Amino acid sequence: MVEAAAPDDWDDLPEPLVRPYAVTNGRTGPAAPLMLLALVCTTTAGQRALWERYPLEPEARAIAVLCVQIHSIAEIGAHLRLPLVVVQVLVDDLQRAGILSVHRPPDVERPGRDLLKKVLDGLVRL
Amino acid sequence: MDSFGSDPAVAAPTAVKILIAGGFGVGKTTFVSSVSEIPPLTTEAPLTAAGLGVDDTAGIAGKHTTTVALDFGRITLGEGEIMLYLFGTPGQDRFWFMWDELARGAIGAVILVDTRRMADAFPAIDFFEDRGVPFLLAVNQFPDGPTYPLTDVARAADLPPGRPLVYCDARERGSARAALVHLTRHALQLTP
Repeated sequence: MVEAAAPDDWDDLPEPLVRPYAVTNGRTGPAAPLMLLALVCTTTAGQRALWERYPLEPEARAIAVLCVQIHSIAEIGAHLRLPLVVVQVLVDDLQRAGILSVHRPPDVERPGRDLLKKVLDGLVRL
Repeated sequence: MDSFGSDPAVAAPTAVKILIAGGFGVGKTTFVSSVSEIPPLTTEAPLTAAGLGVDDTAGIAGKHTTTVALDFGRITLGEGEIMLYLFGTPGQDRFWFMWDELARGAIGAVILVDTRRMADAFPAIDFFEDRGVPFLLAVNQFPDGPTYPLTDVARAADLPPGRPLVYCDARERGSARAALVHLTRHALQLTP
């Protein structure tokens, strides 16, 4: 059983309650639920921003460069070695700034028949 | 479906996932490697488990977050309109069974079985059975492992009737692909 930690005991906790995610200005989670499979693509405006050396944080720039080709949130995290929560916070910001376009998969329990048929067809032809 | 960015030429593909589950060392990463078009990637994903043996004492949200390493691969299908992601469930982390986000939206799961360690597959079978996620039991053949008739494996695994069971060599692309085909067909049969 863990004792309730009073605020003045926080220094004694083995792990920080909030990880120091400096690149996200301390934010540890996005507003929306984590979407491993949200597909991210750099917009034309985003590509122009890269080209014109618009000032971006190094991590944000790296995401925009990677996503000139479509990548999922999971892939961005793996390629740039960033925790997924950090990726998602940055992607949210960059989407709001018009630099990235994000296509979130529909939030459904199971894929529908049409999609399953397409997947099956694709796998058989592989 | 919304179009991607301001380029009308780039249509948004649809992303789907299949989970590759089973005990530690059963060949999940081998399976993903053999059928993925990219070398398998690893990412640190947060796992938020409510009440993970941690009491909601300090009034701090009542959640405990840890991270697990997820291995995954990708297969582009059709003319690029579908991106199928294969996620290996974390083999050593017993907490992944509390992770509903991973199963949500998945086509289903391939549960790899090593007949020498049948019991390792039970938690995965229970997890997907409980959540109504379509799954396929794939008996991974190891060179030094005994070969049992599938009916014996089904009985040993206490597999509910109607759940598909196949042999699979996780090292063989064709064999891994066949398991994915079988699972997707099964999922289609279960979808009204």
